[in-house]
Amino acid sequence: MIQTLVFYMFAIITIACGFMVITARNPVHSVLFLILAFFNAAGLFLLQGAEFISMILVIVYVGAVAVLFLFVVMMLDVNLNEMRRGFVKYLPIGLAVGAVLLVELFTIFTAWVVEPAVISVNAATATPAASEVHNTEALGNLIYTHYVYLFMGSGMVLLLAMVGAIVLTLRSRDGVKKQRIMDQIARPASEEVELVKVSSGGGI
Amino acid sequence: MEIGIAHYLSVAGILFTLGLFGIFLNRKNVIIILMSVELMLLAVNINLVTFSTHLQDLSGQIFSIFVLTVAAAEAAIGLAILVVYYRNRATIAVDDIHTMKG
Repeated sequence: MIQTLVFYMFAIITIACGFMVITARNPVHSVLFLILAFFNAAGLFLLQGAEFISMILVIVYVGAVAVLFLFVVMMLDVNLNEMRRGFVKYLPIGLAVGAVLLVELFTIFTAWVVEPAVISVNAATATPAASEVHNTEALGNLIYTHYVYLFMGSGMVLLLAMVGAIVLTLRSRDGVKKQRIMDQIARPASEEVELVKVSSGGGI
Repeated sequence: MEIGIAHYLSVAGILFTLGLFGIFLNRKNVIIILMSVELMLLAVNINLVTFSTHLQDLSGQIFSIFVLTVAAAEAAIGLAILVVYYRNRATIAVDDIHTMKG
């Protein structure tokens, strides 16, 4: 009973926040609703027993992605009225496509029956009993054995994203004094240092 | 009423549809479009985790982690492109982007 109530609370708040993300006037409000939607989706994951994904969702999505969105939204001076133009124009086609997709998804999901005979869970990836191995440990056991190459690949994706983001946003501005280390090192002493023979009592 | 697989899949379906709807609705605002894409990826994650827990197979949760990774990378690159575009054009209106050639 309590599980049902908690599920409906998380589900309704998630969907309401998703709706507010796409309809809010101010992009900053959109980002804040997105954060709330992520928190409630994390609650849904927790309800299903996927604790690690739940916490990762909070850390990665709320802590990194949503804050990145917040920075960019606040940094760019966006004209709000200009942004809303075309909202009504695209409403009918958006509603039509959305309704078709929703009906199709519901047709699939409500008719979804898992035939118990055809379930053949791969023994390597089967969920161990929660009393023996908890969720994070079970996921770690799998990621570092079966999915180690995919794990490294996702690390490469993140490295690529980091390098790409830095390369894209790095710019060299005029009028900024910078140290050119290579030029400094390459200067020969013969050009820069002059030895002067000073006669005693004469001065230069 | 028992909460089954269909309930979670319905939430994911509605969230995915909202994401698609947001792309249509906010044609001018790239930031909202990126957020809609994030919503759709979240819906996909809910689907993966639901099937993973209901079929007692952990690989769904592992793929969910990979989807999360790609989503984070995509947000970083997308926002970097947005910042560069804003720096050059002083606007982020999507319908001006078609003037870019090459």
